[in-house]
Amino acid sequence: MIGLEHYLTVAAVLFVIGIFGLFLNRKNVIILLMSIELMLLAVNINLVAFSSFLGDLVGQVFTLFVLTVAAAEAAIGLAILVCFFRNRGSIAVEDVNVMKG
Amino acid sequence: MLGSDLTVILPEIILAVYAMLALIGAVYTIKDGAASMLVWITSALFLAVAVWIGLNGAGTNVAFNGMFVDDGFARFSKVVILVSAAAVLLMSEGYMARRGLLKFEYPLLIALAVVGMMMMVSAGDLMALYMGVELQSLSLYVVAALRRDSLKSTEAGLKYFVLGALSSGLLLYGASLVYGYSGTTLFSGIIQTASEGQVSLGLLFGLVFLISGLAFKVSAVPFHMWTPDVYEGSPTPVTAFFATAPKVAAMALFARVLHDAFGDAVRDWSQVIALLSVLSMFLGAIAAIGQRDIKRLMAFSSIAHMGYALMGLAAGTAFGVQAMLIYMAIYVTMNVGTFAFILSMSRDGQPVSNIGSLNMYSKREPGKALAMLVLLFSLAGVPPLVGFFGKLYVLRAAYEAGLAWLAIAGVIASVIGAFYYLRIVFYMYFGEERDDALDKGRSPILYGMLMASAIIMVAGVVNLFGIESVAAAAAATLVE
Repeated sequence: MIGLEHYLTVAAVLFVIGIFGLFLNRKNVIILLMSIELMLLAVNINLVAFSSFLGDLVGQVFTLFVLTVAAAEAAIGLAILVCFFRNRGSIAVEDVNVMKG
Repeated sequence: MLGSDLTVILPEIILAVYAMLALIGAVYTIKDGAASMLVWITSALFLAVAVWIGLNGAGTNVAFNGMFVDDGFARFSKVVILVSAAAVLLMSEGYMARRGLLKFEYPLLIALAVVGMMMMVSAGDLMALYMGVELQSLSLYVVAALRRDSLKSTEAGLKYFVLGALSSGLLLYGASLVYGYSGTTLFSGIIQTASEGQVSLGLLFGLVFLISGLAFKVSAVPFHMWTPDVYEGSPTPVTAFFATAPKVAAMALFARVLHDAFGDAVRDWSQVIALLSVLSMFLGAIAAIGQRDIKRLMAFSSIAHMGYALMGLAAGTAFGVQAMLIYMAIYVTMNVGTFAFILSMSRDGQPVSNIGSLNMYSKREPGKALAMLVLLFSLAGVPPLVGFFGKLYVLRAAYEAGLAWLAIAGVIASVIGAFYYLRIVFYMYFGEERDDALDKGRSPILYGMLMASAIIMVAGVVNLFGIESVAAAAAATLVE
């Protein structure tokens, strides 16, 4: 029997993979965008699982909002990435280093 | 029902509709030719809405079944946000026009960001909170990368985007846990399940994730790493904007989440906030010492100032919220003046942000140097300037709430922090003579803002312009 905790575990694992993807990735900024997307989808699994478990629709409404915002966020991220590529000629993570911080 | 809901959010609707109509209008007509006009219209609209909200609002109005709350606290924050955004917009017009940066999207993106901030401070629900935060952040990512042909600016935009998206992810994960373990997204519902000593583990995890997400937005240590790079890389007017209105909005949202949703569990979050506060104060004070770029220095300065504002929150009392509001209002006023000065720093028409270029500045422009001196003293918290009273309020709030160690740490950090502010003063008055003098900036707006801000820092010591009682009333609506 698959219960709430199984969904929560999957979501937590996906979320952590997303965070690790952001910090351990040394290759490509596109992978950062994918990791961000993974984190948001993990949250969606959480919300839908809770919504179904609680018998309350609000969680699913929240999910739709998150999906919409994630699309807008990806669009803006890619647009900034294109501008960056034009200036730098590369999208490798280690080339994002003009300023040291 | 819908009609009364719409009346409550009318200011936000007006601003949002204005931004969208102006965007379409400018795209189909003269495009960047309209930019200058749009800057003036947008800031006039900001000021008009600020006056309207400040004078007309009364009582607590709730719209959309509690999702949107318009109370004294929200109105105080909105007025500060709108006025500071209008001031920064006015300051940026000349700077951007001279460097060919003035695009018509700029004022409109700022307008959309301000709508997002107004949503944030009025949020009464996790969904409203998320939508407000995202509307603000998405607009800010774009303005950070506004100078599309500059490597630094696009890199700042990229870094801000990646780390901002990470913080939204953390915030959202926290929101989903809070929803799951309290069964509702409304703050008024969450507070019933999150009473003192009864907070379930899931809810506590959710709260910690929410706090980390919000700490990113206020750039509190250890979630501050984006701040120096974004401040340095963005065009200076954008940096000025980052340092003012979004900080107020994020701090107000912080207070609203902690008190509206978790107000009965103060002891569960007070230590976390106190830790963020003490780390921010010390890192902001120590890391700024080695900086040679004044924009980076202002980034660390704002990290330190956020630490002080968080100290007010850590107290967890109505007086703490009042102290936080006063501190943020003073902080914004000081920063508007300081950035007016930084915006006027140029050599042969090129912007300069090196601190060394200020050597013996007082000889060439004694008036501006004196105003900057007042502002820097105020930022450092030297009595009897207004900045000192801001610090005094938060220290008192922390002390009265039994956080004496935090107050003592704050005093020590402010002594360390005074060093780098005073070093700039030293350069301006006792530095060495150099040939490559800065241009004589003759922008009346920048000059006016700098002088007005400095005069407020001196004249405000009489009664802080009555902000004390207004902030007390605002805090009382948030914390019963």
